Amino acid sequence: MIGFQTLLKKEILRFWKVSFQTVAAPILNAVLYLLIFSHVLERHITVYGEVAYTSFLVPGLVMMSVLQNAFANSSSSLIQSKITGNMVFMLLPPLSYREFYVAYVLAAVARGLLVGAGVWLAALPFVHLPLQEPLWVLTFAVLGGVVLASFGVIAGIWADKFDQLAAFQNFIVMPLTMLSGVFYSIHSLPAFWQGVSHFNPFFFMIDGFRYGFFGQSDVSPWISLAVAVASGLVLAALTLAMLARGYKLRG
Amino acid sequence: MSQPAVRVMDVVKRYGALAALDGVRLEVAQGEFFGLLGPNGAGKTTLISALAGLVRPDGGRLEVMGHDVVADYRLARRNLGVVPQELVFDPFFTVREMLRIQSGYFGLRQNDAWIDEILASLDLTAKADANMRALSGGMKRRVLVAQALVHRPPVIVLDEPTAGVDVALRQGLWQFIRKLNRDGHTIILTTHYLEEAETLCGRLAMLKAGRIVALDTTENLLQRFASHTLRVRLAAGAEVAALGGHPAGGGWWEFAFDRYAEVESILARIRESGVEIADMEVGASDLEQVFLQLMRAA
Ligand SMILES: Nc1ncnc2c1ncn2[C@@H]1O[C@H](COP(=O)(O)OP(=O)(O)O)[C@@H](O)[C@H]1O
Ligand SMILES: [Mg+2]
Repeated sequence: MIGFQTLLKKEILRFWKVSFQTVAAPILNAVLYLLIFSHVLERHITVYGEVAYTSFLVPGLVMMSVLQNAFANSSSSLIQSKITGNMVFMLLPPLSYREFYVAYVLAAVARGLLVGAGVWLAALPFVHLPLQEPLWVLTFAVLGGVVLASFGVIAGIWADKFDQLAAFQNFIVMPLTMLSGVFYSIHSLPAFWQGVSHFNPFFFMIDGFRYGFFGQSDVSPWISLAVAVASGLVLAALTLAMLARGYKLRG
Repeated sequence: MSQPAVRVMDVVKRYGALAALDGVRLEVAQGEFFGLLGPNGAGKTTLISALAGLVRPDGGRLEVMGHDVVADYRLARRNLGVVPQELVFDPFFTVREMLRIQSGYFGLRQNDAWIDEILASLDLTAKADANMRALSGGMKRRVLVAQALVHRPPVIVLDEPTAGVDVALRQGLWQFIRKLNRDGHTIILTTHYLEEAETLCGRLAMLKAGRIVALDTTENLLQRFASHTLRVRLAAGAEVAALGGHPAGGGWWEFAFDRYAEVESILARIRESGVEIADMEVGASDLEQVFLQLMRAA
């Protein structure tokens, strides 16, 4: 148990020691999105009938920050350790692969939640944002974080080079977040693209998250919950299978 | 105490067509100072990695203090400290943070007294709060040694710890490792410096292309491959094995010696046994050359 706690602490310290880059920068990023999009679109769009666009946008940006930072944390930590070779410090001690997995995922979720909370707090003075069902908000933030953190573990273990990891980020994570309804309600899309969105698990995570704020969403939060839990279970199983085999870690 | 510190049982490791380890069998007793020698690519690091669970063998098994490194990995790893060959470090932490983290990984929470002791022994106290990035290569190497010791493992493996380390530091490191051995730790070490192996290791294994080609006490190996050799050809049928000679074929016998003063006494012993010397030569071949010869021959 001490071994696991130490690994978790080390993983949290690792991003906390450079929190300017790992926490402050992504918060600033999301706030810039918020300023620009809200300035451009505020007067033109309302969602769900009466929700102002900026209010609608904030939960999307918060969740996007949670997801992207959870992914970034586990994946970049792992690939750095692999490339610099200090992964050996975690492979020599008597840590189980399950402890390894849970520590990396929890630390990544912690960073995701920290950045998400930062974006939310930064936005509060500027927008009117209800918080109707905080439990849904927390549930989806944590679940989304776990899904992306697991995905980050897979990417970090699989990738041998930074540009391979960047490909994961640019060709999978970014498009799936951008096309998930962060910036719009999918009901504003043509039917075809609405259909496509339903194959994107990120859409459900963001939609469910948003439900917690407004009590309204594109699909039922229970469906979103089911999708998020299923995605989490599939990725966790896949990651644990990789780690159990020592894939790319124990030759 | 009859439990060996390390057991390597017919271990095979393949990388594609290459057999990095080709059926290695080996036992190291507790308290030994054991040397693993061999040219680059012989499989030394692979063997150490298999012992540490960093590499999964395709065949055979390994034990540390009686614990299987796969089935019983927690206890096996608790009993093992490894100083890796590569000079790796985590740039996010200071020396002390690194040692505390490493202690934690091994389940130890309050380990500062021991950490201070290791730091002092390795002459790192002044650098305890320096970031790992700020350390010279020699210091990083010593931190790696310190990291391997945080959990006081009975078995310590060092993979070329003195490669690229200057002479003064090398001396200091050997003194420290010798002391660990005197304190009861089993030491397994790979090195390129054969004089080092000769003075430190009680027993040696020579590895070539994944196979052990020689496994004996350093004394016995030196007998055969001493830095100096007196070769004598004796009258047909004569034997001088009792005098410490080794048959070298064609009536030739080899006697190992370190100093030229010993030649006289060897010759005197042969004369006293009544054997006639037909021919004689003194070879000043050093261990390095002999090692290379052995590698070529095997
Ligand atoms: N991960 C790997 N993939 C492919 N070949 C490897 C790998 N690791 C080691 N080898 C090969 O196995 C052989 C033994 O390597 P190694 O154990 O590092 O030798 P040594 O430590 O004795 O110099 C070498 O031929 C090396 O190229
Ligand atoms: Mg090596």
